[in-house]
Amino acid sequence: MTEGPHPTDGHPDGAGHDLAALSPEEPIPNPGLPPHEPRPTDVDAAQERRAERQVAGMFILAALLALAFCVLYFVIPPPSDQSATFMGYGASNLALGLTLGLALLLTGAAAIQWAKKLMGNQDIIEARHSTASPPNVREEQVAAFKLGVAESGFGRRTLIRNSMFAALGMLGLPAIVLLRDLGPLPGNLTSITVWKRGIRVVNDVSGTPLRPSDIAEGQLVNAEPALFFDEVGPNGKVIKAKYTGTALNDQKAKAAVILVRMLPTDIKSAQERAWGVNGIVCFSKICTHVGCPISLYEQQTHQLLCPCHQSTFDLTEDGKVVFGPAARPLPQLPIMVDKEGYLVARSDFHQPVGPSFWERG
Amino acid sequence: MATTDESATRAPRTAASNGKGKGNPVSWLDDRIGLAYQGKILLRKVFPDHWSFMLGEIALWSFVILLLTGTFLSLWFVPSMSEIVYHGPYHQLNGIHMSEAYASTLHISFDVRGGLLMRQIHHWSANIFIAAMTIHMLRIFFTGAFRKPREINWLIGLGLLMLGILEGFAGYSLPDDLLSGTGLRIADGIIRSIPVVGTYLEFFIFGGQFPGDVFISRLYIVHVLLIPGILLALISAHMILLFYQKHTQWPGPGHTNENVVGAPFFPIYTAKAGGFFFMVFGVTALLGAVLQINPIWMYGPYDPSQVTAGSQPDWYMGWLEGALRIMPNWETHIGGFTISWNVLIPGAAVMGVLFTLLAIYPFLERWITGDNRDHHILDRPRNQPTRTGLGVAGVTAYGLLWLAGGNDIIATHFHVSLNAITWFMRFAVFVGPVITFIIARRWAISLQRSDEHLLLHGYETGVIIRSPEGGYSEIHAPLSQESAYQIASRERRPPVGVPELEDEYGVRARGTAAERVRGRLHELWFGDEIPKPTAAELEEAHHHESPEGPLLEDGGHHGIESGGQIGGEEFDLEESSER
Repeated sequence: MTEGPHPTDGHPDGAGHDLAALSPEEPIPNPGLPPHEPRPTDVDAAQERRAERQVAGMFILAALLALAFCVLYFVIPPPSDQSATFMGYGASNLALGLTLGLALLLTGAAAIQWAKKLMGNQDIIEARHSTASPPNVREEQVAAFKLGVAESGFGRRTLIRNSMFAALGMLGLPAIVLLRDLGPLPGNLTSITVWKRGIRVVNDVSGTPLRPSDIAEGQLVNAEPALFFDEVGPNGKVIKAKYTGTALNDQKAKAAVILVRMLPTDIKSAQERAWGVNGIVCFSKICTHVGCPISLYEQQTHQLLCPCHQSTFDLTEDGKVVFGPAARPLPQLPIMVDKEGYLVARSDFHQPVGPSFWERG
Repeated sequence: MATTDESATRAPRTAASNGKGKGNPVSWLDDRIGLAYQGKILLRKVFPDHWSFMLGEIALWSFVILLLTGTFLSLWFVPSMSEIVYHGPYHQLNGIHMSEAYASTLHISFDVRGGLLMRQIHHWSANIFIAAMTIHMLRIFFTGAFRKPREINWLIGLGLLMLGILEGFAGYSLPDDLLSGTGLRIADGIIRSIPVVGTYLEFFIFGGQFPGDVFISRLYIVHVLLIPGILLALISAHMILLFYQKHTQWPGPGHTNENVVGAPFFPIYTAKAGGFFFMVFGVTALLGAVLQINPIWMYGPYDPSQVTAGSQPDWYMGWLEGALRIMPNWETHIGGFTISWNVLIPGAAVMGVLFTLLAIYPFLERWITGDNRDHHILDRPRNQPTRTGLGVAGVTAYGLLWLAGGNDIIATHFHVSLNAITWFMRFAVFVGPVITFIIARRWAISLQRSDEHLLLHGYETGVIIRSPEGGYSEIHAPLSQESAYQIASRERRPPVGVPELEDEYGVRARGTAAERVRGRLHELWFGDEIPKPTAAELEEAHHHESPEGPLLEDGGHHGIESGGQIGGEEFDLEESSER
């Protein structure tokens, strides 16, 4: 391509240029396709037979492996029998995977070897047609389209056209409105949890209520509201858990908490100390970043680290963020001790738990 | 099919059969669907060959494997969040409450023979599918295969990549295990962060509060019908355009912008590409046999109050995870409303920005270079230093974000402060790409210089001769015609699409501000490039008599090009046998 003015609007035929052909300045002319080099299999009958045997051998082996797969499928016990292992691998998975994998691999290798060694390998040249239509075709079709537009009166009958747009536009609305019942409106569900005054803070695995003396200094206990567990009432009757199944998960996703006991003097915030019991404080377990449960507690610094995105919260100072992507402190649950000496909530959280949202304020 | 032809000619001709034999499947089909016309387009269609053209094939075949194994899995998978108590062969989880989705995944893994294998093949191919698409896209980018007329296929490819990532995320979220549930919880946090409609979207998507009881079944239909359907349609469009526009080819002897050189579709390409499907399937099956992936039974069922330390998403989510991790904790409160930049930017904007940049790139480059020609010959990356630099910068940014997604793993494995890594990454994602852009661009230009040197002075033979004066120099021999053409066939700097800002009389041309910007960008784009030598320069170099004589003390690259000067029989270069 020579330097200088060049039409930038492209050529109507869309064709590029053979640079060598166009420019006398091109240093090396296109030498053209090099002559076909025969492969060993093209000239040596022994090599050809060898390649033939290779290809057929691989196909036959693949067929045998496919058969072996079927046999092993019935012979080897399913993975549920966890004693059936081979070199640490589950026997069934390994046997089926190896036979199937090798059968497939050999089939593919055979086909490719066949193509490479035995099929004619002379490069052929095909001319590129222009991607664009020839100009006359383009003009014809543009004219045909314009004729169609004229015949329909699309441009002229504006009333019809615009009312059609209105109809098509409005028809989009039912498609959106129909989705309304996908779910309920959020209401205040994002701001409240099941915690309220008097609900016991219980161990998250056993459901046993906790006394202040159950928590040692520097200890973290994962806890949940007692409503999530069957309880033995004062008269010995079992009170069924209020939440089970998916409803339980919905509530757990908001109400899970952690209890930590520190020296009361370690707590820097007066409010935090007041909301706790003798240095035992209760915080939401749900990260204020994107909602992972937080559980990595650093005993010396009383910091809590989220294992998902490493937001770090300082439990001695209202759960404030000391590092990471979370913007808001961990909400604290005010707790007290009930008549029987167990830890209970004093109220719900005073702010929404979990990730931020628009209406949160 | 000689025998068929014979029978065709022997068969009594009737008007109805149009002279073709009854019972001949070719005639039967041709009479009905014009088979010969299709064959004319297809059978001897030429496909150029290069290893890098295989990357897209890996993506295509992984998708086919995903359809096959996915169909198998759907025969047993129960997309339900209804809770059951597990009693099954995996004793460790007996008596545990879990969703039917999780229980059925356990069933597939332990009770269905070959089920675990199919699950693992499915998961491995998903990882390979997205990896192959990503690398295929990089190949297209660095070789300029996105240029006119292939911009639309570039956009379709981006759509495929984006949907592939979503599809993968949907897929590994379905088993409802602790790891996937944690991923969904994060997705829920991101959805929530969307201004104005966030909580509404959250409640509509999850059918109420997170996690709710409908999400898995909704996600299932998205995963097995909606996205695969769109993927299939886009893949078809991708292939149809590839067929219509014909494949690009590398510069080389006999290759021009007006032809396509290679093997015919039938039989070579059919055998190679068809065989390659079995190879890809075989490799994923072997991976499924020996490399455990996503052992959901070890994570346990999802419980919103539990999490595993060191949780990692599948690899293709890593860069978004990294963005979430290193984003500073910015949050704005205005008039009683909250905007969570710390979630919104990494969760939604980063992906949006990357894909928008990729989508506009072909059009941006065309605008800057003013190059409106069709391109069917690929660029060697060195011959487009600025593009190559930009691509490397993009890869760097992606790679750094991806690494940041494993900041906890890096911290624990290499005993580095997690906070230090995070702070480093916060700056590195901006500084790193700039540095690698400069390095890659200069590197490409150096390679151009090296090419120019090869062309003008030949290659270093490694043969050192000593002159009578005692100086040493190395003999250079000219390249073969083929190699020389490969190097020399690169395009000269494409013509400037805008007129110069000043004409020859120094009068400023009237132009819009945009055109001026474009003119300046054009200069930056091609600045510092090594111009390709002209035929005259090449001729000159080949017959050049160095003033210092043929033997150079400085070891400089002037060399000895013409055979006559070195007088050696073995290096009679004028008569190079390679010509």
